[in-house]
Amino acid sequence: MDRQEIIDELKKVLTPYMEDKELLGGINEQTDLIKDLKINSANLVDIIIDAESKYNIEIDMDSAEKMTTVGSCIDIITEKMNSKT
Amino acid sequence: MNHRVVITGLGVVSPNGIGVPDFLHAIMNGVSGVRFMPEYEQLNFNCQVTGQPSFELDQLKNYVTDVTLNGLKAIGIGYGIKAALDAWTDAGNLITGEEPHWETGCVFGNSVGDTDVIKNVITRVDAKEAKKIGSRVVEQFMNSGVTAYISGRLGLANRVITNSAACATGTQAILMGYEYIKQGLAKRMLVGSTEHVDSYIFGTFDSMRILARKFNHQPEQASRPMSASAGGFVPGSGSGALILEELDFARQRNATIYAEIDGGASNSGGQRFGGSMTAPGSRGVIKCIREAISNSNKSPESIDLISGHLTATAADTLEIQNWSQALDRKSENFPMVNSLKSMIGHCLSAAGSIESVAAVLQIAHQFVHPNINLEDPHPEIVKMVSVDKLPTTMVKKEINTIAKANFGFGDINTCLLFSKYNSNG
Repeated sequence: MDRQEIIDELKKVLTPYMEDKELLGGINEQTDLIKDLKINSANLVDIIIDAESKYNIEIDMDSAEKMTTVGSCIDIITEKMNSKT
Repeated sequence: MNHRVVITGLGVVSPNGIGVPDFLHAIMNGVSGVRFMPEYEQLNFNCQVTGQPSFELDQLKNYVTDVTLNGLKAIGIGYGIKAALDAWTDAGNLITGEEPHWETGCVFGNSVGDTDVIKNVITRVDAKEAKKIGSRVVEQFMNSGVTAYISGRLGLANRVITNSAACATGTQAILMGYEYIKQGLAKRMLVGSTEHVDSYIFGTFDSMRILARKFNHQPEQASRPMSASAGGFVPGSGSGALILEELDFARQRNATIYAEIDGGASNSGGQRFGGSMTAPGSRGVIKCIREAISNSNKSPESIDLISGHLTATAADTLEIQNWSQALDRKSENFPMVNSLKSMIGHCLSAAGSIESVAAVLQIAHQFVHPNINLEDPHPEIVKMVSVDKLPTTMVKKEINTIAKANFGFGDINTCLLFSKYNSNG
């Protein structure tokens, strides 16, 4: 799965936690989940749980803390998917 | 301080009707909301009927944001949000707004956090999967969850309190809100309570052998307050909510006024002299009713209708005796009496709020709702109350003042007096 494919999948994970779905239109690797997408910080936990289940990976606490932008989410997800194989 | 407190908005999620128009129609016509539950038969419960509103969380689509609704699982919180927001808009207010309502608080009661949500937590933790619980669970198993959702949605920013006093919860919430306005601490209070009796909560009551078990195949006949054939109560679920306002505050915004709260009282019998964890002691009950009347500057003779606690257990006779003694009225001179529980069962924490919504509607529309399933009034009750005071069909009648009481486990008593609003005071 390349980075663009992961972004497309990630959008589906983020959508349920976004009051304003239109913000997804301008999404890129620098997009900050809290500042740009207006996601409630408490929901980052739920996004990580959903991502674990979607990609069938485990995201440890240290890695999870780094998942604040779309780019860092992709880095961690890719890393965990690769280390699985 | 002598602020008058009026009721300007109502919301209700009842087993026999959701929303004020449906609920009003149901209570006027004696429509039962009690149904047979096949699941309860499978679970080997003695009682297999309950009063459950026709409610699904999807009905909150226009009430909360999609993000909020997405993770909401607690049905009891859902009932509360629906009733509270309906009351708020019924009072002529808009849901959305940036500025917090510093003058408006909330007292909303509940008996327990959502047990299905708690069950999920227990399962996850026991399976060593605590990290999969997610962020939306604490807010739904904390007992104050319902109040937090309501006050957050509406921006209520005065006192925000969750009260809990078993079956006296609803009336107590209304009394507390009334008192804050009366004391000048708030201009407006959203008050009410919720209860969702799922199979786990139902099971705990079923185990006490205090539920109706002889009418599993005639569910609409199962809840029989004051009847000779009453054999226990029928648990029910739902929520009731009221908007209370200081009179001048309501007048300034030209609010429609349903009725006025004259006053009330809440006490405990101290679990002494017949009072216990599960039974209300007569001394406390009588004291509570008398204090409610004197706090309201009313006389016992002024009461036109008693909206009783009257759950359909052996305690109904004692309750009538307590009312008779507290008011010093009997037989022909006894007020009309009704119990909404005949139609919807006993909604526990929500009983007081749903029954108070019914009381306010009876004042606003000048009628006495029927007691269904009262073809055979208990002979001991008939000795104290003329049969014509126990209506089995709706009575159109001038109703100026209603006394509403509920009694809860822990020997907690609460009594409220509602009156027709008179602009001259």
